[in-house]
Amino acid sequence: MSDRATRLPRLLVVGLFGLGLLACERPPMDVTQTNYPGVAIQQVTNPRLQAAKLAANQMPAPLPPVPTDGPAAGETFKNLQVLGDTSALEFTRLMAAMTTWVAPANGCNYCHAPGDLVVDRPYTKVVARRMIQMTRYINREWKDHVGDTGVTCYTCHRGQPVPEHIWYEADPGDAVAMVGSLAGQNSPAPQVGLTSLPYDPFTAFLRDGQDIRIQTASALPVGSTRNIKDAEWTYGFMIHISEALGVNCTHCHNSRAFSPWEQSSPARVTAWHGIRMVRDLNLEYLAGLSDVFPDNRKGPAGDVYKINCGTCHQGLSKPLLGVSMLKDYPRLAQ
Amino acid sequence: MAEYQNLFNRVQVRTVPDPGVALPEHDWPRRGKGGFSYLYGLIGDSQVGPIYLGWAGVASILSGIVAIEIIGLNMWASVGWDPIQFIRQLPWLALEPPSPEYGLRLPPLAQGGWWLMAGFFLTVSILLWWTRMYQRARALGMGTHVAWAFASAIWLYLVLGFIRPVLMGSWAEAVPFGIFPHLDWTAAFSIRYGNLFYNPFHMLSIAFLYGSTLLFAMHGATILAAGRLGADRELEQVTDRGTAAERCTLFWRWTMGFGASMESIHRWAWWFAVLCPLTGGIGILLTGTVVDNWYLWGVKHGIAPAYPELIPPPVDPAAVPPPADPAAVPPPVDPAAMPPPADPAAVPPSADPAATSGGTQ
Repeated sequence: MSDRATRLPRLLVVGLFGLGLLACERPPMDVTQTNYPGVAIQQVTNPRLQAAKLAANQMPAPLPPVPTDGPAAGETFKNLQVLGDTSALEFTRLMAAMTTWVAPANGCNYCHAPGDLVVDRPYTKVVARRMIQMTRYINREWKDHVGDTGVTCYTCHRGQPVPEHIWYEADPGDAVAMVGSLAGQNSPAPQVGLTSLPYDPFTAFLRDGQDIRIQTASALPVGSTRNIKDAEWTYGFMIHISEALGVNCTHCHNSRAFSPWEQSSPARVTAWHGIRMVRDLNLEYLAGLSDVFPDNRKGPAGDVYKINCGTCHQGLSKPLLGVSMLKDYPRLAQ
Repeated sequence: MAEYQNLFNRVQVRTVPDPGVALPEHDWPRRGKGGFSYLYGLIGDSQVGPIYLGWAGVASILSGIVAIEIIGLNMWASVGWDPIQFIRQLPWLALEPPSPEYGLRLPPLAQGGWWLMAGFFLTVSILLWWTRMYQRARALGMGTHVAWAFASAIWLYLVLGFIRPVLMGSWAEAVPFGIFPHLDWTAAFSIRYGNLFYNPFHMLSIAFLYGSTLLFAMHGATILAAGRLGADRELEQVTDRGTAAERCTLFWRWTMGFGASMESIHRWAWWFAVLCPLTGGIGILLTGTVVDNWYLWGVKHGIAPAYPELIPPPVDPAAVPPPADPAAVPPPVDPAAMPPPADPAAVPPSADPAATSGGTQ
C-alpha cells in the first residue's frame, strides 16, 4: 500500500479542520470569577486583544481650565440658545473641545458658516445644539445609567463627526418577493455577533419598545403568547449588548435562569435603565432631528442614524474605561 | 499477505463485483454491475453497487430532491440569486417556518408556505426511506432493527417539526431549515422555555448520547484490540476457550468485574442509540405543552439547587413603583382657609422616641 496515497486524504482532513478553526480566537483566555465559585459566573477576556482595546479607549487630555466668571456667553454671543449662562471664556473652551471631539479634521466650519457664527447654518449647527441639550439631559436625568461618570460628546464621537457605532432600520428590500424571504434574520450580521438571529433588533427594542422578556415566571404553562421567534429577537438584542460591552451573558445574568432578578448581578439594573435611556434618546433627540439631517445621514429606509449600546460602550462595560471626562467640563453635567 | 489472514484488515480486494443474493420475484432488479473505489476502501468495503432502488427508494429520492430544491432555491433567492453570496452565506441562510400570527393556517408562500411544502416533501422522503429500509431487511431475511432505530430518529424529527407545533397550535414553533439558523433556534428554544438542561428527558437523552459514544468506543476498541487474536472469527470464538472473544470478556471482567457478551453488547449499543432521540423527543414534546419554564420546574421538584449570592442581587426595576408624579401632588391649600393649629397642650405626650425611631437614625 502506498504511503503517499494514504497521506493525501489525511492531510486534507487535517487541513480542513484547521481552516474551520481560523474564525476562532486562540486560547488561553483570562477568566475572572465574579460570583459564587463553581457556577461559571465569570468574565472571559482575550489578553491578546485587551491591550489594543485599552489603547483605543483612552480619554483625550482636557483643555486647560479657564476662569468661570466674567461676562456670560449669552450676552457675548448672538443667537445662543444653550449654555447662555456659562461664562464666555468657558463656553469658548467647550466649543474648542467639541471641535477636537467631533470634527478635528474639519474644524469650526464643520458646524459654523465661515465668518458668521450667528446663522443656523449648516445643518450641523442645529444638530450640535440639540446634541448639547441631549448630553446635558443624559447627565441630569439618566444618572441611573450613566451615574456621576456621565457622558460628553467624545463618549460617542471619538473624533468623528458621525460616531462609528450607529444603526438605522434594515433595508426593506423587495417586500413582495414570492421566494427567498430572510424573515429579518439569517444573514451574517456583525451587530448580532455573526449569528443568524434577527439582524435589526434595534428597531424593535431601541425604538418601538417591544417587550424583551420572553420567559414566564411559572413552571407550568399560563397561556403566555411569547414564542420561540420572540426569543430569537431578544436573543439577538442581548448578543448586541454582549458584543457592545465586551462581556459575557454572566455580566448581568446567571445564565442558568436568565429571567429571575434575584439571581442577576446589579449590572442588569444599569442595563435595564440603559435600554430605556437609549430608546428615549432615539425617539426624543435623534428621530426628532429627522427634518434637519440630510439624506446622506439617513439609512436606506429614510430614518436618521440612531444610537445603540455600542455607540458609547465601544467594547467596554464602562465607556472610556469608566474615567469621567465630565468633571473637566462641568457645564455639560447641568 | 500475512495481513489478509485476519478478516479485520485494510487490504482492498479487486475482483468481479459481487452482485449479492437473488432477489424475490416481485422486486425490481438491482441497478448497475458494481465497481471498486480506492477511497471507499479506505473507510469501508471497496465495492460500490449494485444498488437496489425499488419504488420506495425512487419515490423517496424524488421527494427529497423536491424538498432540497425548495429549501435551496429559497436560500439562493434570499441573496438575490448571487451564486458567490449563496456559497459564502450558506451557513447562515434558512427557510423559516411561518410567523406566529398564521397559527396552523396556510400562510402565503414567502411567509412560510414554502417551509410547509418543503417540510411535507422531506417528511414523505424520510418515511419512504424508512419503508425501503424495512423492505430491504425483510428481503434479506434479516430482522428490522435498523428500520426501528431509524424510526427513533424520525420520531424526534416529527416531534420537532410536526407533532409539537400542532399541539402548540402554531407552525412558528417549528425548526427552520438552515445550518446556523437551526442551531440558533435550538438555543432560543431553550431560552424561551427556561433552560432545557433542567428537562429530565433532555438529561436522559444526553446520558444516552454520551453513553452511546462511550459504548461505541469500548466495543470498537475491544474488538480491534483482540483482532490480532482472531476476534473477527466469531463462529469459532464463541465455542472455543482461550480465544480472542473470551479474552475480550475477560478483559472487562478483570477491569470492572462485568463484561457484555458478544450478543448483549450489540443490544446495549442499539438501545442506547435508540433511546437518545426517543427520550429527547419526549422532552421536546413536553416543552411548552406541559412545562413552560424548565428551570422553575426544576426548582419545584428539588433538582435546581440555590447557591449563595456573593453580590447582593438587585430588584426588578420594572417591579419598583415609579416615583410619584409631581403633577399628581395636591396643590397647596390657602393657609387662611385652614383650621387653626390645635392647642399644643392638648396633644398627648409622645411615646419613648427610642421605641419609634426605628432604623432611620
